[in-house]
Amino acid sequence: MSKVLMKGNEAIGEGAIRAGCRHFFGYPITPQSELPHYLAKRMPEVGGVFLQAESETSSINMVYGAAGAGFRVMTSSSSPGLSLMQEGISYLVGAELPCVIVNVMRGGPGLGNIAPAQSDYFQAVKGGGHGDYKLIVLAPASVQEIIDLMQVAFDLGDKYRTPVMLVGDGILGQMMEPVELADEVTVPEIAAKPWAAGGLQGREKPNIINSLYIVPEDCEELNKKLFAKYDVIAAEETRWEEYRLDDAEIVLTGFGTAARIAKSVVDKARAEGIKAGLIRPITLWPFPSEVYARAAEHAQKFLCIEMSMGQMLEDVRLAVNGKKPVHFYGRSGGMVPLAKDVLAEVKKIMAGGAE
Amino acid sequence: MAKVIFKRPEALTDKQFHYCPGCTHGIIHRLVAEVIDEMGIRDNTVGVCPVGCSVFAYDYFNVDMFQAAHGRAPAVATGIKRTLPDRMVFTYQGDGDLASIGTAEIVHAAARGEKITTIFVNNAVYGMTGGQMAPTTLPGQKTTTTPKGREKDAAGLPVKVSEMLSTLDGAAYIARVSVHDPKHILQAKKAIRKAFEVQQAGLGFALVEVLSTCPTNWGLSPKEALKWLAENMIPYYPLGVYKEPAEVK
Repeated sequence: MSKVLMKGNEAIGEGAIRAGCRHFFGYPITPQSELPHYLAKRMPEVGGVFLQAESETSSINMVYGAAGAGFRVMTSSSSPGLSLMQEGISYLVGAELPCVIVNVMRGGPGLGNIAPAQSDYFQAVKGGGHGDYKLIVLAPASVQEIIDLMQVAFDLGDKYRTPVMLVGDGILGQMMEPVELADEVTVPEIAAKPWAAGGLQGREKPNIINSLYIVPEDCEELNKKLFAKYDVIAAEETRWEEYRLDDAEIVLTGFGTAARIAKSVVDKARAEGIKAGLIRPITLWPFPSEVYARAAEHAQKFLCIEMSMGQMLEDVRLAVNGKKPVHFYGRSGGMVPLAKDVLAEVKKIMAGGAE
Repeated sequence: MAKVIFKRPEALTDKQFHYCPGCTHGIIHRLVAEVIDEMGIRDNTVGVCPVGCSVFAYDYFNVDMFQAAHGRAPAVATGIKRTLPDRMVFTYQGDGDLASIGTAEIVHAAARGEKITTIFVNNAVYGMTGGQMAPTTLPGQKTTTTPKGREKDAAGLPVKVSEMLSTLDGAAYIARVSVHDPKHILQAKKAIRKAFEVQQAGLGFALVEVLSTCPTNWGLSPKEALKWLAENMIPYYPLGVYKEPAEVK
């Protein structure tokens, strides 16, 4: 193992390679460009394929082809590009194809800007594309966690035959942090995919990659099968971090970059005698609802911090279920909350001054 | 002793086609399947079918198959071919799929010289959704969305796919054929075979545009539809080889 200084966007690429991904299809967009730049160089070094597609629509459909052929494959983009990919993501879900989709989120709606944001939470966890479905959504908060979660992302995708999304933002993508990296790139063992349609190669019955279920009864069966799978994922794959939560009177919560800011505010608040704690969901779906429900037994108040107008807020409120008030502090459109402003909000809430 | 002189190609399943009487999809499916059999590549071939009348082609071709989103088959085929470069990968697409919603995908697959084979079925109308105007609908042709006939000022003029794609350096083989009579069916088969051979030789992108009928949405009998194709489509969409690499001439 060595300590290496890496940019978040590069860590996504290296993490994918370490996880056995050898195929990347993508279209340029800021602020994730370092990732395709990195993989354009790195993929050929490990015998992989980097292909710049003509659009995000095509990227995601190339992913559909490569995933259906049985390979670990990834694409990445930023918010407007993800909007274009939603059709393909819905097809990937319908055909039960594993893959990893990265969204380095930026300010929106519309063309918005290239500054960091978290306003694609709804799009990531509530569907985004058409039809009844969910994605596993991972939200790292450090460059090391990016490396670690890329392996998790590919493994979960294969295990459950489902697309997995990893969400970051411009800050996480651009910042450099030291990471622990094995000196050698080893190809992890990847379970066989007998369902893949990569040519008969001696098999008698053709495999078909398809999301068309023309008979409504059959399509309902597919949806029931998907949701039975989601129940297992929710029971077994939910991830989160708790920080100074046990005696917390106010629970701060957020994901990714917002959670890092919130964590620093927890320490600052404690230094001023306010018992603050943190819940940081690592899987945005499945959402760690039970952790909030448990915390609501002893905490008095909750404060959700996001780089949006309040999206995860809805899931926090569902989880707390009216037991305690859930406050919100957010900046949006590419603006980032400052620790001092969040701390001021915490003090105001604890003094009973906030709504 | 009895001798088999005609049988179902191995590259077709036993599933009965759902196509309307007189539709030429069945002929084109068979030609593709015969070529796969004759080249001995069934074990090594992956097909991608579109959205449209041939959406169920995954049930008919007896090879590994993908069903792609509307217009995206060339991108899906790219993903397959780039992971499995030694497989023979083909897309089977109609005119709405390829020449309207999927223009970006087909143009860029051709521009990249993607080593895939595309069978492009042009019957000048949207079939599955109820006979609407396609990008290939002829000037003056009546459809459910051009009830007075396609008017240039309102709906523009047809896209000539073979001519357009043959301007791209990455396109290795581009031909337009028809299946309205036995002579042309045999010529169509030769072109389809060449389009697969070009891929096998790694020469680049190959496409065969097949002029086809839609008796149901044209409002003609199967026999009248064949005649209409010959008299109206061929003058507008001239048959021939638009591009051909020296290696396979």
